[in-house]
Amino acid sequence: MNKKEPLFHIVKRDVLPWYKSWGIRAAAIVAALVVCGIITTITTGLNPFKVYGSFIQGAFGSGRKVWITMQNMSILLIISLALTPAFKMRFWNIGGEGQVLVGALATAACMITLGDKIPNALLILIMTVSAILAGSIWGLIPAIFKAKWNTNETLSTLMMNYIATQLVAFFTIVWEVPKGSFTVGIINQSTNAGWLPQLFGSKYLLPIVIALLTTISMFVYLKYSKHGYEISVVGESEKTAKYVGMKTEKIIIRTMLLSGGLCGLAGLLLVGGINHTITTTINSGQGFTAVMVSWLAKFNPITMIFTSFLIIFLERGAGEISTNFGLNQSFADILTGIILFFIIGCEFFISYRIVGRKKGDK
Amino acid sequence: MFDIVAFIPRAIGQSVPLLFGCSGEILTEKSGNLNLGIPGVMYVGGISGVIGAFFYEQHCAGGNMNGFLAIMIPLLCSLLGSLLMGLIYCLLTVSLRANQNVTGLAMTTFGVGIGNFFGGSLIKLSGADVPSIALSRTSAFYSRALPFASKMGWFGKVFLSYGFLCYAAFLIAIVSAIVLFKTRKGLHLRAVGENPSTADAAGINVSRYKYFATCIGCMIAGLGGLYYVMDYASGVWSNDAFGDRGWLAIALVIFSIWNPLIGIFASILFGGLYIVYLYIPTGMDYMEFKELYKMIPYVVTLLVLVLTSMRNKKENQPPASLGLSYFREER
Repeated sequence: MNKKEPLFHIVKRDVLPWYKSWGIRAAAIVAALVVCGIITTITTGLNPFKVYGSFIQGAFGSGRKVWITMQNMSILLIISLALTPAFKMRFWNIGGEGQVLVGALATAACMITLGDKIPNALLILIMTVSAILAGSIWGLIPAIFKAKWNTNETLSTLMMNYIATQLVAFFTIVWEVPKGSFTVGIINQSTNAGWLPQLFGSKYLLPIVIALLTTISMFVYLKYSKHGYEISVVGESEKTAKYVGMKTEKIIIRTMLLSGGLCGLAGLLLVGGINHTITTTINSGQGFTAVMVSWLAKFNPITMIFTSFLIIFLERGAGEISTNFGLNQSFADILTGIILFFIIGCEFFISYRIVGRKKGDK
Repeated sequence: MFDIVAFIPRAIGQSVPLLFGCSGEILTEKSGNLNLGIPGVMYVGGISGVIGAFFYEQHCAGGNMNGFLAIMIPLLCSLLGSLLMGLIYCLLTVSLRANQNVTGLAMTTFGVGIGNFFGGSLIKLSGADVPSIALSRTSAFYSRALPFASKMGWFGKVFLSYGFLCYAAFLIAIVSAIVLFKTRKGLHLRAVGENPSTADAAGINVSRYKYFATCIGCMIAGLGGLYYVMDYASGVWSNDAFGDRGWLAIALVIFSIWNPLIGIFASILFGGLYIVYLYIPTGMDYMEFKELYKMIPYVVTLLVLVLTSMRNKKENQPPASLGLSYFREER
């Protein structure tokens, strides 16, 4: 490339019409699925169409599977939405994992210490407030560092994840039932104190409804509110924001409080609504996955419904393949990785184009 | 009583994977690439070595193993595996200008998946007749200490009782420090990381430097995975056993303020902190506090990160263009 006359050079594109850019993305996903099919066939020796069949089987095979797919999707969606305002501000909040975990921890703490001592409605209220508060504090700490001293937020939020993990590990042993098992077990199994209510008799519906509400409010917040406008100005150029008199420190801190608080809400749903227990892996890395979900959707809350669906579909599908064919669960991670590589790579062709050297053009 | 002669070798054993990861990531970050895929790369480095060793052990199941081949095959497999990971990362972030954070996280998902998948299914896939992956014979070559170590008392135990990869880790850290800070190539590399457009204007090939630094960095980091399986874990691969060491290596980069020489001491300190909980009073009553001790490395790193940004000293800062892709025509 370092010759006197390069064979090609790269030019930034004008904004592509939406159908073209989505066409490129769709092509990338198809290409990725083909590669995944080939790899699955090599490792399992199966007919690739059968493999795709089991993908769909895994995500939609039965009524229960559809519900679980939707439930997992809504948790991932909430976390992705939580990270989005921070990302729009170019604040790389990699700490979703930790913020969800402390939210989960606060919920579990309330359930264990206050269960049966106060009325259930009051308990759930306290759980909600403390989960959101815990998540916010976890988001606030790196935000203050960033606002005051411009500390690299990618690295500080990353560290906060592991501090949260160890905190949960600590309390898991404090609360373990029975002693020496290193697990908390189902909290309040006999009384169901602090278990979030079921909507319309379905235990899957509550996170889905909350996720939908969050999506709509986040869309409105980012697009039509003054806060949302300030966030995008800070994201585009911090200098501009300062020049027009925005208090960037305040905006960073406020946005991270929101971001962390929403993650805490996801923690509440995980412990109070779904698992009724707490472990260090309760969030199973979704704080990291959410970064990709949010980025793939170009930080658009509505698009995020599709991207979170894509990721969960892959996860459930690849999980089905691994159980059906006696493979290890991690097969899903490999397939997800490959598909992500393709989607990440295709963004280049959306924002840039390659111009070849023309003959006689010296 | 606290047995320091027994403690130091264990701390160093813990520190070696971290040091490999740290040196590799420093080289990478100095070129302006924040590679969050290092945990994945280290898994791939480890499992590639395991795959190589596994087939070589199968190949000479009855006969004797050639010591040279037993070391070289896993070593080359490991380097190749992590090189491929580095190439994926560079292709996406340098050539295709993708977002580095997202690419890195995807690489970690992918790499850990590769490690755990092949670790869990290698026996099934190859149809071999063994109960589990225990490469004790290969491991014996890797963890062989210097022959006169046992004769030299505490001195031998503290300084000479390690496998060759351990010394390689220290050597690589020293060499990369010299390359980074004392050579012209290192100067160019740092220029690329600080301000790529200036470097470009000065006639430095930015993409080439980024590619080389990141790929070499990944290969070094991958050796950390290889060391862990072959030496520390005595050739036994178990899924997720490598744990969060990859992230800890990234933390270590900050802690050692982007200087591999400080990285040497910091990694030993972290290695010590990583296992110090084993040495506090045991018994069921104290179990929970062990988890708090494990938190120390992360808290310390966070503090260092904040303190360096507070003091705002120029030479202690992250490379200025860390995490940003370079596109020449962007203003």
